[in-house]
Amino acid sequence: MEKGRYGIHGGQYISETLMNEIIRLEECYEFYKKDPEFNRELETLLRDYAGRPSLLYYAEKMTKDLGGAKIYLKREDLNHTGSHKINNCLGQVLMAKKMGKTRVIAETGAGQHGVATATAAALLGMECEIFMGKEDTDRQALNVYRMELLGAKVHPVTTGTQTLKDAVNETMREWTGRVADTHYVLGSVMGPHPFPMIVRDFQSVISREARAQILEREGALPAAVVACVGGGSNAMGTFYHFIQDPDVELIGCEAAGKGVDTPLHAATIARGRLGVFHGMKSYFCQDEHGQIAPVYSISAGLDYPGIGPEHAYLHDTGRAKYVPVTDDEAVDAFEYLARTEGIICAIESAHAVAHVRKIAGNYRKDQSIIICLSGRGDKDVAAIARYRGIQITE
Amino acid sequence: MQKLNNRIAQAFAGKKAFIAFLTAGDPDMESTIRYIKIMAGAGADLIEIGIPFSDPTAEGVVIQEANLRALKGGMDTDKAFEIVRRVRQENVTIPLVFMTYVNPVFFYGYDRFFARCEEVGVDGIILADMPFEESREAAMPAAAHNVSLISMIAPTSEDRIKTIASQAEGFIYIVSSLGVTGVRREITTDIGAMVRSLREVTDTPCAVGFGISTPKQAGDMAACSDGAIVGSAIVRIIARLGDKADGELEAYVRSMKEAVEQA
Repeated sequence: MEKGRYGIHGGQYISETLMNEIIRLEECYEFYKKDPEFNRELETLLRDYAGRPSLLYYAEKMTKDLGGAKIYLKREDLNHTGSHKINNCLGQVLMAKKMGKTRVIAETGAGQHGVATATAAALLGMECEIFMGKEDTDRQALNVYRMELLGAKVHPVTTGTQTLKDAVNETMREWTGRVADTHYVLGSVMGPHPFPMIVRDFQSVISREARAQILEREGALPAAVVACVGGGSNAMGTFYHFIQDPDVELIGCEAAGKGVDTPLHAATIARGRLGVFHGMKSYFCQDEHGQIAPVYSISAGLDYPGIGPEHAYLHDTGRAKYVPVTDDEAVDAFEYLARTEGIICAIESAHAVAHVRKIAGNYRKDQSIIICLSGRGDKDVAAIARYRGIQITE
Repeated sequence: MQKLNNRIAQAFAGKKAFIAFLTAGDPDMESTIRYIKIMAGAGADLIEIGIPFSDPTAEGVVIQEANLRALKGGMDTDKAFEIVRRVRQENVTIPLVFMTYVNPVFFYGYDRFFARCEEVGVDGIILADMPFEESREAAMPAAAHNVSLISMIAPTSEDRIKTIASQAEGFIYIVSSLGVTGVRREITTDIGAMVRSLREVTDTPCAVGFGISTPKQAGDMAACSDGAIVGSAIVRIIARLGDKADGELEAYVRSMKEAVEQA
């Protein structure tokens, strides 16, 4: 495959102003990836600061209730900052610092990546500015304040649909204007090469651990691994070390919002078409003139009109399967996991739980399924209450 | 690279070029057609017509808003072609170049898009998110239809300048400053050094854009290159006056053209 390409997907579709920076970033990454000192520092941070390895928890009650495969939860929600995002942020911010950068910027949807970036920046002594759609700063006000507590400056983005894609637009504009001292900590396996590769590598710790953990527990590989997909970073991390195991099904769960037959969804594989946007060739939700379509999901973290290029490739080759999950199904699964296992997971992760509720019964009891629980659900409690018609005042 | 047979060279033939930009369909299609004729009549040597895109990541606020106004008004790729067909019919003979992002063109289909360019009389295209490394997929179908894929070089291009310039077609767009499009008080990049560097490998003309709004800036930029490109300052006039910008646009383009001519 061509460098930076995943089949026909990927590439570097960005302004000339950023090209030398992107080339330098790739060179630096290739160096640090093999640098024992960098890897030692990152491993120490992941273990002592982020709390890795994350647990692989056998969800016995859920397993019994669903009556099929054994269900295991990869507990990324237990990481410091409450999601898988910290894996990538510690890696990128540490690398940025070694590259001589003094400032990091990032986009955020639900605020999890923003919080993780602000956290890594605070720890490593970097200036930090976060761009977040105005609609998201309203629905995730707590995370905005959390970022500010961590010393970051949060810019509400008022252009376009005022959600995640507009936050990416604005962060790219900011980077184009100030590139010498600034690194853009892209939060998902998207954007121009080398970002999809860098973010995948830093997130692949999820499947490296999970593969070893399940082999130890079950003495066999899982029948399926399941994760939610927006841009696709937790899914890519969860899939990566299983790609070479042909008997392990890889399943990504997209946000179907009110349903893929309505205009209110963010199901890129189900409804998107091939395009070029945010630096990459991949599938995007777009209209009949190639304008990027407004998307919708109850989950701010999955509310993105595209999908990372490596996912697009795994879809093309049939190695991974992508399924739509509606708001209703995700909210039901959110409540189900809370009641059944005593775990309040992120509404994003609840999309994966919802799909496993549908399929667990199709597997034998000696088989297993791993769900990536990408984040914890504290941030979503108020929104779920609203969804159920309950008003909460804090 | 073979020389393409289109109108772009006319803009630079024995003169410094004043290049004007406007967004197709802002505020409406009929106004865009009229404004192109007015600007051509007032001395613009080349006009860039922006095909609006939902997410113009290289644009500052002024042109972002023009994109949204145009899309809201129903502008699309076929209507942009219709604008060019109409102005060609009304005897606008200066070179016309589209400026947009990869996706609307990719989605239309490169070959179909450039065939249509040739048919209606579009001479070139600037794709803000297509760097040299990715340009093959568009450059070949564009050349097959005599459409120049315009290369950009930026203050950060450094060692890339010669590689890009040696393959350049039509003219070279020199991005004056870091950041997005928009009016700037001053331009601090050493444009002269960039021009000297590309002159070592090509005689393709080059023009400077991003941040230029006053006749003084246009004159200064044209003095060290082959022309000046103005976008946001024109779009700002249209944003303020809507479909009644005729007089002000004409006077503005005249004053800018004069400054460029004296450079």
